[in-house]
Amino acid sequence: MSKLRVLIVDDSSVMRKIVERSLRQAGLDLGEVLEASNGAEALAEVNKGKFDLILSDINMPAMDGLEFLRGLAGVESAKGVPVVMITTEGSEARVVEALSVGAKGYIRKPFTPEQVKERVAPLLGGGQ
Amino acid sequence: MRSTLGQPMPTNSQLDPHWKGILECAAIEVFAMMANSEITPMPEQPEQQQGEQTAMVGLAGALCGMITIRCSKESAVKLATRMLGEDAKSNPSMVGDALGELCNMVAGNFKSKITSLADHCMLSVPTVIWGEDYVMQMVKPNSGFQFALDCEGRPVWFSLVIHD
Ligand SMILES: [Mg+2]
Repeated sequence: MSKLRVLIVDDSSVMRKIVERSLRQAGLDLGEVLEASNGAEALAEVNKGKFDLILSDINMPAMDGLEFLRGLAGVESAKGVPVVMITTEGSEARVVEALSVGAKGYIRKPFTPEQVKERVAPLLGGGQ
Repeated sequence: MRSTLGQPMPTNSQLDPHWKGILECAAIEVFAMMANSEITPMPEQPEQQQGEQTAMVGLAGALCGMITIRCSKESAVKLATRMLGEDAKSNPSMVGDALGELCNMVAGNFKSKITSLADHCMLSVPTVIWGEDYVMQMVKPNSGFQFALDCEGRPVWFSLVIHD
């Protein structure tokens, strides 16, 4: 399997770095990793090219993770791309809402690299 | 305010005496997992709430108020460095970002441990301010609490302030 092209969406640049490091520690073979700090920036990236995996925060200014998910529904290049939400939300309701509008899974902050692997690897098919 | 499930939120949660222990527990977990930093209860609380950097996250819904973390610049740099895995000293915006995200995670972890809040309380995005020339106002007694935990020999202050 070729290297994964990944989009990490979070308003915290520190968190984007931690997520990327966790993916590497989880043993995923990362290729290009792009970052966005809100849903609108992320939609712009998705419109420019295809990703193998998208990880997104929920609580972000400008456009939050739930609006981003709704926006993805109309984007051809996002079809079949697994989106995993990474959230501090203790709220089941918002997680359920994210899953109902297309997220394939979620990871609750704080998290360990093992938890990232558990949630992400099954979504990537063979080789990862 | 309505929850995402469309149910009216119960409001005016009273300050529960257990919340201090729950916030302490949430903070210890988050610092250990995300900053690889063991913070511990202090045998004696320092008299003054000192610190140059404060991160705060607003709570709205069943509980209205905010959770804050306050520490020295030095501690904030250390925590950011541990989170990033690289020296954060020359990057003040990263230092603020790191403390804000720690506060966000502590607030989220705190509310997820309290059933009556988990689904009925929203978090704001974090705000971070610098400076020592302000005091945290408790509007009335029993409207909040604060405590310090030891982070590598220096206090890091945590508070919950509830608004009416
Ligand atoms: Mg966020």
